[in-house]
Amino acid sequence: MTGTPSADLRAADHPAAPMVAVRGLQKWFGTNHVLRDVDLTVATGEVVVVIGPSGSGKSTLCRCLNRLEVAGAGSIEIDGRPLPAEGRDLARLRADVGMVFQSFNLFGHRTVLENVTLGPTKVRKVPRAQARAEARVLLDRVGIADKADAYPAQLSGGQQQRAAIARALAMRPKVMLFDEPTSALDPEMVNEVLDVMVSLAADGMTMIVVTHEMGFARRAADRVVFMDDGRIVESAGPEEFFAAPRSERARDFLSKILQH
Amino acid sequence: MNPFSGYLTELGHGLVTTVELTVVTTIAALLLGVVVATLRICPVPLLRTVGLVYVEVLQNLPLLALLVLFVFALPQLGITFPLFTSAAIVIAAYEGAYFAEAIRAGINTVGVGQAEAARAIGLTFSQSLRYVILPQAFRAVIQPMGNISIALLMNTSLAAAVGVVELTQTANNVNLVEAQPLLIFTGAGLAYMLLALLIGLVTGRLERRLAIVR
Repeated sequence: MTGTPSADLRAADHPAAPMVAVRGLQKWFGTNHVLRDVDLTVATGEVVVVIGPSGSGKSTLCRCLNRLEVAGAGSIEIDGRPLPAEGRDLARLRADVGMVFQSFNLFGHRTVLENVTLGPTKVRKVPRAQARAEARVLLDRVGIADKADAYPAQLSGGQQQRAAIARALAMRPKVMLFDEPTSALDPEMVNEVLDVMVSLAADGMTMIVVTHEMGFARRAADRVVFMDDGRIVESAGPEEFFAAPRSERARDFLSKILQH
Repeated sequence: MNPFSGYLTELGHGLVTTVELTVVTTIAALLLGVVVATLRICPVPLLRTVGLVYVEVLQNLPLLALLVLFVFALPQLGITFPLFTSAAIVIAAYEGAYFAEAIRAGINTVGVGQAEAARAIGLTFSQSLRYVILPQAFRAVIQPMGNISIALLMNTSLAAAVGVVELTQTANNVNLVEAQPLLIFTGAGLAYMLLALLIGLVTGRLERRLAIVR
């Protein structure tokens, strides 16, 4: 043995390597500077909740992580590998990064079951029968097994969002991104979605959740990241953050949303 | 004996040629339309320009001029096709531009979130198109595509001008002998009308059967 550590040992195989590593991320929309030098490291199995006022860049950060938005500068690594440019490599990476959208975005012309099996059969080349069986297990897990043959428009918002979570999980992702998953839901349906997310977190899924649900942050987050004006202002455990936010901006934000 | 019974077979052949030309050309134009519409929305700027130029050129020239050019000018360059094939190629190329624009309109009705969700589960650009975008795009524009097919059917009559013996040409031939224009061309017109109604019927059926549950 020589003493030189090999580069590939460092990357994917090292247990302590972060699942997501963002360094110096910058993003402009035209002249609007929406992400300013953002650094974020998320360990495997960690649940990070990103909160902040509208326009603070939290959704953009989330969307940069699987390159739905292309960052202006900085680096993003997922599981030790830099985010590839457009093309097959990027498609392969996205298969490993589950994403749940605010507006569900279920494929309207396909049944719920077909929504869940599309990725596994076309991207992972899982045999159809196996994909369908696994999809039914996932739909059962998110509590909509009886809706497998329904079309998205026949489901309530909460059911659609749970179907969308099942669709993302079907790819067996290494990390899940949630971009305001409950913001488009009627209040009575928020909890059924959050419950699924809490159980995912409990199972050890690495999660980055952009949300306004402080209850979820308290229940499931390992860490709360507070963003304002394109910057990460504060990053702390939920107990610490909600009990005693260090920054004035976070105190102000919390006082506004926790008053009622 | 009815003077027309002898011509009925001839007119029948003309009608069959019109139907053949319409079917072959519609299929080719549809495929071409999908390709050109895809070019117009693809991420590569050069290919988008190719799609744009194709549509602008083909939509801004009269079909008759294109037919004449193809059938009479190409042989000067030593390129000749059978007349039916020539007519099919030109009409398909022309109507393909119209199909492309209809399909592109359909693609624009599919929300950007659908494409993002497709990419987010790891589908490539072409897979997203094939499994997510185009199936929904087509459903949105079945009616306009039916209209283009009817226009295509009517446009096959221009093939008569370059010597394809289809329904209009046959009717013309029969009329030259019989001099009964009212009867002959009304009959031919009714045949076109029936075919158009048939396309309309199929379009309506398709639209209802494939409607997305909303």
